[in-house]
Amino acid sequence: MTNIKEYIYNRLERVMDPEIPTLSVVDLGMITDVIASNDSVTVKFLPTFVACPATSVIRSNIKETLEQSGIPNVNVELENRFSWSSDRVTERGKQLLEKFGLGAPATITDALDLVQIESSKCPHCGSENTTMRSLFGSTLCRSIHYCNDCRQSFERFKPL
Amino acid sequence: MSEAIKDLLYRIADDELILGHRGSELTGLGPILEEDIAFSSIAQDQIGHALANYTILHEQFGEPEPDSIAFARGERLYKNSQFVELPIGEYDFSLMRHFLFDHSESCRYELLQSSSFTPLAALAKKIKGELKYHTLHADLWIAKLGNATEESHARMQSALNEAMPYALGIFEPSDYEGELIANGTFVGEKKLQAVWLERIMPVIERAHLALPDLSKIEPKFGGRHGYHTEYLLPLLDEMSEVYRFDSAAVW
Repeated sequence: MTNIKEYIYNRLERVMDPEIPTLSVVDLGMITDVIASNDSVTVKFLPTFVACPATSVIRSNIKETLEQSGIPNVNVELENRFSWSSDRVTERGKQLLEKFGLGAPATITDALDLVQIESSKCPHCGSENTTMRSLFGSTLCRSIHYCNDCRQSFERFKPL
Repeated sequence: MSEAIKDLLYRIADDELILGHRGSELTGLGPILEEDIAFSSIAQDQIGHALANYTILHEQFGEPEPDSIAFARGERLYKNSQFVELPIGEYDFSLMRHFLFDHSESCRYELLQSSSFTPLAALAKKIKGELKYHTLHADLWIAKLGNATEESHARMQSALNEAMPYALGIFEPSDYEGELIANGTFVGEKKLQAVWLERIMPVIERAHLALPDLSKIEPKFGGRHGYHTEYLLPLLDEMSEVYRFDSAAVW
């Protein structure tokens, strides 16, 4: 049974966020459980931002990808025991974000505050000497920052 | 009990839908690109939050599908406060409304985190982080413009004076206050208003604005009971145009 679960997680790593195509739903921390029984598979799925327009696409991509891998009867169920937080993004996910050119979200200590929201490491040169330009960016999950060292604007995946 | 909770859900969701629509009207019109993006993003969040509440109404109380709730009701059935339906006006008014309304929304959801009605408590916990970005955005700009130039200060002060009677209308009591409080669903509009006032005061002070004398203001009530200004109907007509043309249209 463990092997089936591993196989499914492995396949789920191919389901990418349409807005950040190098990041999988596993790296984003959107998968909370995989339950495999004899005749069906249930994937527990945690949406990120409530109004994220990519949610329904991601959901159907999960089902489609698994079915194309020969897994019949896939249910993608909404996880409702708890909510998503950017702290669920894996370490590998954070590295992939930076490689893609987005600042990674800071780990939220205690409660989300302005300092955590404003301070981002530059994904281009690694400098911490950056300034937040806008709390809102090109998608719901991004804010806009500027690096005072390499003098580049960059977007950052918001801590939430 | 269910009538009381339904009424509460409609108030919350209709505010979000209508203000979300107003926010979307600023897309392309923001005074600077970042503000254009901010108002558009907040609008997107608000419509998403309205959808979440309409979904609770549909799934828990057998109300119609979210799309028909949003687009196919008569004007009198909308429970939003009159505040959110007012036109966007100048940027100073839209910013002031964003500040006053979004803090009330954020306080409301904070208080709902411990609601005995668990679907709403779960939603409240889920969106608290998103709302934090909204209120931080409003606070930054209110403080910035309150302290910038004589003109910006004067504009923010007059926007505050103009908005306040409508902002107090957010807290129009429902017919179910006692029931909601007794049941542990919600602490009630009166308590919410007190929490809200405490939350906005430090920012108003930081911006060096003067809070109008609330005891002399007649709050603009009516919206929660379906009595709206002349501005809601044209908004609804525009918002539901595609739906009325083809209710099964898909993107």
